[in-house]
Amino acid sequence: MGSALPAIDIQRQKQVAEALRAFLPERCVLWAREDTQPYECDGLTAYRRVPMVVALPETEAQVQRILQTCHALGVPVVPRGAGTGLSGGALPPGDGVLLSLAKFMRVLRIDPVARIAVVQPGVRNAAISDVVAPFGLYYAPDPSSQIACSIGGNVAENSGGVHCLKYGLTVHNVLRVRGYTIEGEPVDFGSEALDSAGYDMLALAIGSEGLLAVTTEVTVKLLPRPVAARVIMASFDDVEKAGDAVAAVIAAGIVPAGLEMMDKPATAAVEQFVHAGYDLDAAALLLCESDGSAAEVEDEIARMEQVLKDAGATRCTVSRNDAERLRFWSGRKAAFPAVGRISPDYYCMDGTIPKKRLGEVLNFIGAMEKKYGLRCPNVFHAGDGNLHPLILFDANDPDQLKRTEAFAAEVLEKCVEVGGTITGEHGVGVEKIDQMCVQFGAGELEMFHAIKRVFDAKGLLNPGKAVPALSRCAEFGRKHVKAGQLGHAGLPQF
Amino acid sequence: MTLENIQERIREAAGRGAALRIRGGGSKDFYGNAPRGEMLDTRAHAGVVDYEPTELVVTARCGTLLSDLEGILLEKNQQFAFEPPHFGPGATLGGCVASGLSGPRRASAGSVRDAMLGAKILDGRGQLLAFGGQVMKNVAGYDVSRLLAGSLGTLGVIVEASLRLLPRPPEECTLKFELPQAKALERLNRWGGRPLPISGSAWRDGELSLRLSGAASAVHAAAQTLGGQAVAQEDAARFWVGIREQSTPFFAGDAPLWRLSLPSQAPVLELPGEQMLEWGGALRWLRSRAEARTIRAAAAQAGGHATLFRAAQKAEGVFAPLSPILARLHRDLKRSFDPAGILNPGRMYPEF
Repeated sequence: MGSALPAIDIQRQKQVAEALRAFLPERCVLWAREDTQPYECDGLTAYRRVPMVVALPETEAQVQRILQTCHALGVPVVPRGAGTGLSGGALPPGDGVLLSLAKFMRVLRIDPVARIAVVQPGVRNAAISDVVAPFGLYYAPDPSSQIACSIGGNVAENSGGVHCLKYGLTVHNVLRVRGYTIEGEPVDFGSEALDSAGYDMLALAIGSEGLLAVTTEVTVKLLPRPVAARVIMASFDDVEKAGDAVAAVIAAGIVPAGLEMMDKPATAAVEQFVHAGYDLDAAALLLCESDGSAAEVEDEIARMEQVLKDAGATRCTVSRNDAERLRFWSGRKAAFPAVGRISPDYYCMDGTIPKKRLGEVLNFIGAMEKKYGLRCPNVFHAGDGNLHPLILFDANDPDQLKRTEAFAAEVLEKCVEVGGTITGEHGVGVEKIDQMCVQFGAGELEMFHAIKRVFDAKGLLNPGKAVPALSRCAEFGRKHVKAGQLGHAGLPQF
Repeated sequence: MTLENIQERIREAAGRGAALRIRGGGSKDFYGNAPRGEMLDTRAHAGVVDYEPTELVVTARCGTLLSDLEGILLEKNQQFAFEPPHFGPGATLGGCVASGLSGPRRASAGSVRDAMLGAKILDGRGQLLAFGGQVMKNVAGYDVSRLLAGSLGTLGVIVEASLRLLPRPPEECTLKFELPQAKALERLNRWGGRPLPISGSAWRDGELSLRLSGAASAVHAAAQTLGGQAVAQEDAARFWVGIREQSTPFFAGDAPLWRLSLPSQAPVLELPGEQMLEWGGALRWLRSRAEARTIRAAAAQAGGHATLFRAAQKAEGVFAPLSPILARLHRDLKRSFDPAGILNPGRMYPEF
């Protein structure tokens, strides 16, 4: 993490800033160090780099001119939303322009009949649900950062949340993305209809981590808010039993609105922080939510409670009202900040695994805790297999930082080995770029680069993120083999 | 035909620049521009690779019969939520993904693309590539597997696909309402904004059929609220299969069949010919001999697009023309996946 930073080229900085000032007002272009410093990182603070120039456009026309200008000058551009990303996707270019969409904060249109909202990319995720609430509607994806993260960033990362088992990810809840290519050409992916002619370019754009186009407008699908919702908090004396209980719920033909797990260390950290009333003796805690009509929720809660008890739950508490339901959830949603209070730093992973391998992976993480001498509480989107182990460390101790990195790399590679993925919802960014070499072979990576070239032949938009250069993978492979850490022979050698 | 055989065929054809016509059961031969090229039959590359009901995921090879696959899922009380049309007993999983077509449940439960989790393809060089995976949340790399849904085999031979499943709803009930089209559209959009378990809708000739699916309590409560006339279970099941498979009388005859995908609240289209609605108003079927550009203009005006779904004559092109920027992106993507341009050339757009 954190590498030696090349100094900013003052000549180049002046040239680019002046080119942008030619059409942007003073308040929209920052280059003085004290102004650009706040943009040096996103939610992944271990990686920092001060941008050469920050551009804060206020209109689509300005976005277009910025892109045209940068393209003509061959200047890299990194788009940024709220800066809450956890993979360093908005890590600025030291030799380019950080393009902040923070001023694009307007809700352009709400159509309660069509159940859509057209919003600018800087609108916060939770703000969409707030503004459409009077119509009995809401925007379903709810990443834990939803009070701060913006819809533009959600599109870039294909964000999920605690309810995506039933309601899907960003890709399932966005109808249309309008953006600009690096050449400044406007392009619409998708439409207000359910499909479009030709290839599904919308699917390609969502989750592309800002490498293909700059989003300037998003049309989201809105859902009717369920009349009722209740959550069961179930305790287990064994983590694997809790994992089996998750499988049992699904096997019973139930798709809960949310299905989350926390292990004992995570529960302890969270309880101190939010006082949600969690069972501190449980080895694992499951939160299992049902929503729908009042009668449906009653039925489903009763069925789920029975399944959980049959699967060995030692205690089940059902929320009696909405305040209590939100209190049960508050701990899960605050898991990251809570862990932040018990350790100087923490490092959050984001692998996804097939649920049936949960026990094996948790045991593996336990072994890694011993191997590296670092603690690692777990929160887990149990319903969809998305793990968020949080390694606790102190960044002021360089050795701890190194051990954390190695710990995380081993866990992600384990996720790939059991048939999962290195990132479920946080994105690759700069953080997991080496693990991309483990998950994909040269053929797939080359295809990703080819796709990138289709949109951005000069490679100027968010360069160095999401897809590793093949040479980087070759280097990564050599280092890995030398360190003798890689237990599986499936590593592509190229 | 084993994977290696298919791979060899592609490499050999790419060397000669010979077009390949990728085909499973041929149930969707009618769809898209006329197929051309040497036949590449995918049916022998069949079988379920992995099915774990508690993961809600199935992985199968392209030649697997859709009917076989649905039978296997049924044993575990699960299903493809997008209710794929078969259009013939030979329908395969590969064709289902490549055509990207979804049935009545699409408006509430998502499309083929929404269910796609991963795919293996042989690209136009014969390279075996794997995208996505078997897990629901996966943001590593561009989402190529979803891009493949509806790509009509033009980006690669889809040799294996992993798709998300859902449990079958415990209860279903179908209601009928006598309503003119404008009223039906208004109701469907209003109901769509309420938390009702609607899983299918079809309007034709003054009659709106509405399917409710879910927990028994939810279905019964909704049926009570909505009124209408309940349809007997067996008749309802037959009716929705008829809509999905286009075997109802509306689809018979030889007038060109247009598929208009529109925002659900788009008003009644003033176009000559007969209309049928699905997907809460977001899908409009039109039997019409009106000119292609008239129909396309009306669809575009309403915020959507029109596809010439079934017709003897397809000189006007099957799919709505793309904007210049999208057309360029399509051509360049095609070239990245299939540099020799041999995979189903022209099936989607004549220029690639």
